This record gives sequence, structure tokens and C-alpha cells, in this order.
Amino acid sequence: MDFAFSEEQELLRASARGYLAGRWPLTRVVETADGSPSFDAGPWKELADLGWLDSSLGMLEHAVLAEETGFGLLPAPWFSSIALAGPVLDDELRESVGAGERAVTLARDGEVTASGDALSGTKRFVSDLATVTDVVVSVDDCLYAVDLVAHPDVVVPLSTTDRTRRLGELRLDGTPARRLDVDPARLTDARRHSLALAACESVGIAQRALDLAAEHTKTRQQFGRVIGTYQGVSHKVADIYVALQLNRSLAYWAAWAVSEGDEQQDTAVAAAKASATDAAVFACESAIQVHGGIGFTWEHVLHRFYKRAQWLQSFAGVSRKHRARVADAILAS
Amino acid sequence: MDFRDTPEEAAFRAELRAWLASNLPSDWVDRAPHVGRFDVDEARAWSKRLYDAGYVGLTWPKEYGGGGAPHTHQGIYLEETARIGAPDHIGGIGLGMAGPTIIAWGSEEQKKRYLAPLLSGEEVWCQGFSEPGSGSDLAGARTRAELDGDEWVVNGQKVWSSWAHIADWCILVVRSDPDAEKHRGLSFLLVDMHSPGVELRPLKQITGDPEFNEIFFTDVRVPRESMLGQPGEGWNVAMTTLLHERGTLGFALTAALERQINNLIRLARLPGVDGHVPAEDPVVRDEIAQAWIDLQALRFTNYRSLTTLAKTGVPGPEGSVAKLHWSETNQRVTKLALSLQGLASQLDGDGAIWDGFWQYQQLRSRGNTIEAGTSEILRNIIAERVVGLPRSR
Ligand SMILES: Cc1cc2nc3c(=O)[nH]c(=O)nc-3n(C[C@H](O)[C@H](O)[C@H](O)COP(=O)(O)OP(=O)(O)OC[C@H]3O[C@@H](n4cnc5c(N)ncnc54)[C@H](O)[C@@H]3O)c2cc1C
Repeated sequence: MDFAFSEEQELLRASARGYLAGRWPLTRVVETADGSPSFDAGPWKELADLGWLDSSLGMLEHAVLAEETGFGLLPAPWFSSIALAGPVLDDELRESVGAGERAVTLARDGEVTASGDALSGTKRFVSDLATVTDVVVSVDDCLYAVDLVAHPDVVVPLSTTDRTRRLGELRLDGTPARRLDVDPARLTDARRHSLALAACESVGIAQRALDLAAEHTKTRQQFGRVIGTYQGVSHKVADIYVALQLNRSLAYWAAWAVSEGDEQQDTAVAAAKASATDAAVFACESAIQVHGGIGFTWEHVLHRFYKRAQWLQSFAGVSRKHRARVADAILAS
Repeated sequence: MDFRDTPEEAAFRAELRAWLASNLPSDWVDRAPHVGRFDVDEARAWSKRLYDAGYVGLTWPKEYGGGGAPHTHQGIYLEETARIGAPDHIGGIGLGMAGPTIIAWGSEEQKKRYLAPLLSGEEVWCQGFSEPGSGSDLAGARTRAELDGDEWVVNGQKVWSSWAHIADWCILVVRSDPDAEKHRGLSFLLVDMHSPGVELRPLKQITGDPEFNEIFFTDVRVPRESMLGQPGEGWNVAMTTLLHERGTLGFALTAALERQINNLIRLARLPGVDGHVPAEDPVVRDEIAQAWIDLQALRFTNYRSLTTLAKTGVPGPEGSVAKLHWSETNQRVTKLALSLQGLASQLDGDGAIWDGFWQYQQLRSRGNTIEAGTSEILRNIIAERVVGLPRSR
């Protein structure tokens, strides 16, 4: 039994933390989030140079990066390209993503039909649709790629509470597409992958909420005392810590189970996704509470993390649905 | 990262499974849980068998009767005994508290004298920390110890002392210097419970069982050398007792909760009085799933903390959440089990499911957030020592 990341994985974590803190201060995150969404080639190339888009990375490296991009609230389509679409890319797309030339998302929900190599129909709730260059579209049992640079009209951006990972609607109308030579069974991999990484990202958010809450309650004074000395406050902070640590364990377990193809992997990802996304929301809500009025403002960064946590919670089935899967697994005789 | 057994761990597990299979009664495994009033003779005999087979004190030093094995072996032991529902060793407080403190602070002579009979179950220990006037605030202890020649003379009262009625020895926190600052006036004695002047009054718990006791000390004479650490070091010694738990406590709690949840699932599959099977109710399924997820969170958090322990010699700080999380989860699980029984949950005699197992478990679980540090004290510790918030006091 060994529950630790390798030295290389820890180095990756440290370098990710350093890069995000240096190049993506929260002021820049906010600026990007509030700007109009489009594919931003510069930062995407930086991620490629760091090796974050490399197809050689394994699930545990992805787990580390997902956690750190949650902690840093990176407003680039890493989750969509790597966690969501990563497992269903063909060689061509994988290479151009790895080189930082293209960013991809995956469109699942909705009805699209193929006629020859042209697609028609609508896919809804596609993450980062307006900030990627390509989208992989599932059509019955096949996968197609649509080039959004060549066909920008198919993208309908939606207004969303989380502006760091917006949703879009894909409206195809005889749009040319390239059929991917990819086994559609990989959609199942994509699902597991994205659930486990959503859990890891949630852990990063919960850690940030804890750090912000601790920082504030160590310094803010009321009634002549630092508010962190009031147990009504400090026990809330302790509870964030508890939720964070418990869910970090679940998220890493899920990532490990997927990386090993463990027999419990589907139950593990369902458990981790349900629990860790709930924990991230809980952590942000508690952090907002101990901040008082300032935590309720648009100006403070907390709501940005909160909204990402809510995004994750609603992604790919709310927690109740995942708990139902866990129940199916443990109550089957 | 790898959660599977190493070949060496797998071999230990297999050998243990085989031993349990041939040493436990054959009908043990599939029998329904029952209240099981604690039978001292049975527990003592079982403890001795475990000891003779080398399964007690797995992580303790070999020279004092332990196994000298890594923590993972203790984890495997607890997992396997929980899975099969094997009875517990008689000396829970000795194994979890007294023993580790003696290992950390005891002289060579003390370790030789006390550890082996503790492991074999021949001598049972109890813990005399809490007093009527000082529970959470252990440093406020007032039980006096005064030196008279070569003996300490002890006078005072302890309370809530679990299993003191079957104990031969007591780890006792006493005030040896009433003039020193609160924390510096304490000492840590090893007291023979059969000494003249030790009197017990059993206290019935919320369950109706008298599992803990008041202990009265009247001019009890304790040899001068029956002390851990120096006079005045009692606070530091007592902290070892309380902190030690982080090593393998996580495994024990995980095993206990796993047993509880397996029983819950078993219960949920039985048709209720109205003929409905609770396990088919989506709300019940949701709650059971949540409990199972809470169990996995405890399990893997413990693994994480122990991995840090194996690498650095100090358990990871995340281990501090184990007892808090376990106690609150166990309370939810046992309440859920009662709720599946409707008004039948009121029965605790004839006609009660499994002889009132859940009725007992649910009531007993209320003590979990009080014993060995209340949840409030644990939250204080996490806030102050782990997250680094300023002290509340
Ligand atoms: C089943 C069981 C078995 C036990 N076995 C033993 C044993 O074998 N040996 C032994 O010595 N003791 C034992 N105890 C006693 C146990 O350790 C104490 O009950 C516990 O430490 C609390 O002390 P108290 O009862 O004096 O309550 P108090 O300390 O008076 O606490 C009362 C309430 O106030 C809260 N509180 C107190 N101080 C603070 C603070 N600083 N901040 C916030 N909240 C606070 C507590 O959390 C609690 O809710 C046992 C208790 C139980 C329930």
C-alpha cells in the first residue's frame, strides 16, 4: 500500500503551482473571464510548452494538473481538451493539441445526424465551445470532428454564471465534419476520466477556499479580537479542512482506479465526483460566510471559485445521480 | 501510488485469513450481528489465542512481545477481523493507550514488566484521566499524589473510566505539585487497581450497560518508580497517550465503520413490517450510498496519512480528521438503521431485530463524539494546530 504521488508528479505539481501563481494572478483570471470568449493561442501554447497537453501524461499527472488548475482557476480550455475530449481524439487531433495548436471540446447532449460527412442538429451545454478550435461530436455510434475556426457560425455562446468555463450551443446545419477513426467505446473512458478529474479539480477549489478563509479569519478583527478566535468561525474553517482532506483522498483514489482500470473504477469515480464537488461547494459557501459582506461582493474572488464549484457539481449528473450508481454497485447482491 | 497489497502484505493477509478460518467457530461468519454482552472469560481466552499466534501488538517492538511489523500489517489485521466479525481483544485501552505510552516513556524495566501481559490479555488496563471537574480540560486534574518515603500517596476521584471494573492497572494523571503552573504540576502514574484504597462505582451508560466507572482513591500507595516520565512531566506523557492514536486508530475506525455499514446493508435487504424492502427505496439507497462514500473517504484518508508516516516517521496532518469524521458518520449510520425499522425500532427485548443490536449501537454512538476528545475539542485542534488560526483561549 502506497498512497503518494511520485517525485516527478510532485515536481509537476510544484511547477504548475508556480506557473499559475506567476502567469495567472487572479486579476488576470478575472480579466479573462470577464472578456469576450475566444480561443487564445498565446497561453494555450504556454501550456503546451509546459507539457500539460502532452498525450504521454498519465491519469495521475492529469489528477495533479486538474487539482492545480482548480486551485488557480485557470480560465483556459484544459479541462475540456484533456479531461473531456482527450480520450476520444484521433492521432491527428492529439498531436495538434499536444503542440498547442488546437484546443478541443466534446459535445454529447443533443441530437445530431450525419449525412455523408455533413452534420446537422444541435448539441447543448458544450463546455468551452467558444474558446476552442475544434469540437468532437458524438453521432449515434460514431465520432466526428468539426473545425470551429473554419465554421465559426455554428457556435452560439451562452451566458453562464461561471465565466471561466462557459457553455455554448452547437448548431450544425449541413456542416462539414471529419469522421474520426476512434472506437466509440472510448466515450466511456472519456466519461470516467472527466468524472475523476472533476473531483480533482474540486479539491483544488476547496483548498483555495480554505486558504482564503484561513487568511481572512487570521487577520480580520471584530469586538477587539481576531475573528478566528471565535469558535463559530474557527469551527467552520476546521470543517472546510475536514471536507477538503476527506475528498482529496476520494479524488486521488478515483484517479488511481481509472489509471489502473481497477474493477471498482466506476464506483470510485461516481463516489468521488458526487462527494468532492459537493465539498467544493460547501467549502466556498463556508468561506463566503466567514468573510462577511466582502465575501458577498462581485469584487472579491470567492464567487469565481464558488461558481466553478457549482459548474462542476452540475456537470455530468448531479451528486444524487452518482450516489444512485454507488448504491447500485453496493446493494447489488 | 498503489493501493494493492505488496507480495509480502498479500502473504500476511492469506496466512491470517487461514488462521481465522480455522480458529473461529464455523458459524461465525454468516451469523447475524447481535448485541453481545461482553463476556470477560471468552474475551480473555480469545486474546490469549491471538497473542500466541502472534497477532497482537503487530507493530510493537519484538523484544517486548510485539511483532515488529509495519503499520500496514496492523491495517490488514483490522480489515480481516472486521470482515469476518471476529471478537475484539480484551485490552482495547491497553493496546491503544497504555501500551504505546509505556513504549514511548517507559524504562527498560517497565517495558519488560508491563507490555507482554498486556498483549496476552492477562492484564487489563484502564484510563484514569477525566475527573468530575476536568474532562476536556485535562490539565485541570485535581487527584493528588504526595510523596511519602518511597511511595506516592494518591487521593482523589476519577470518572467515566471505561472497563475499570475488569482492569488490573490504570494509567493515572495526578497532580503532584499543586504550586506549579497547571500543566507543569501533573505526573503520570501506573497504578495497580487491586491496591488497598481503590474503590469502584459502576456508572450505567445511556445504553443501560455499566461500561464505565467512577474510581475513588483513598490513601492509595504507589511505588515511587511506578511513574512514566519525571514528576511534573505528566502533561507531556498524557499527550503521547492521546496523540498516539493517530498511528493505527484510523485503521481501527475504518474497520469498525465497515462492519457497521455491511450490517446496515444486510438490514436494508430484509423486508420491513409493511413488506417493503428498504433497499429498494431510492431515498434509503441515497443515504446508504452516502454512508459508503464516507467510509471510503475515511479509509483512503487513513492510507494517505500512513503513507506519510512510513516515509517521514510522522503521520500526515490529514489523519487528524479521522476520529471526528468516523464518529459523526457512525452516528448517522446507526440512526439510519433504526429509521428503517419504524416503530419496531422501539423494541429492545423480545421481537427486536437482531436482539436489539441497532438500538444498542445507535445509543452507544452518541458517546463517540464525546469520548477520547469531544468533536468540539477536535475542531479546536484542527483550527489551531493544523490550519493555524489563533487560539480561542
Ligand atoms: C463512552 C465514554 C467512555 C469514556 N471513557 C473514558 C476513560 O476510559 N477514561 C477517561 O479518563 N475518560 C473517559 N471518558 C471521558 C471523556 O474523555 C470526557 O467525557 C470528555 O473528555 C469530555 O469531558 P467532560 O465529560 O468533562 O465534558 P466537558 O469537558 O465539560 O465538555 C462539555 C461540553 O463542552 C464542550 N467544551 C468543553 N471545552 C470546550 C472548549 N474549549 N471549546 C469548545 N467546546 C468545549 C465539550 O465539547 C462538550 O460538548 C469517556 C467518555 C465516554 C462518553
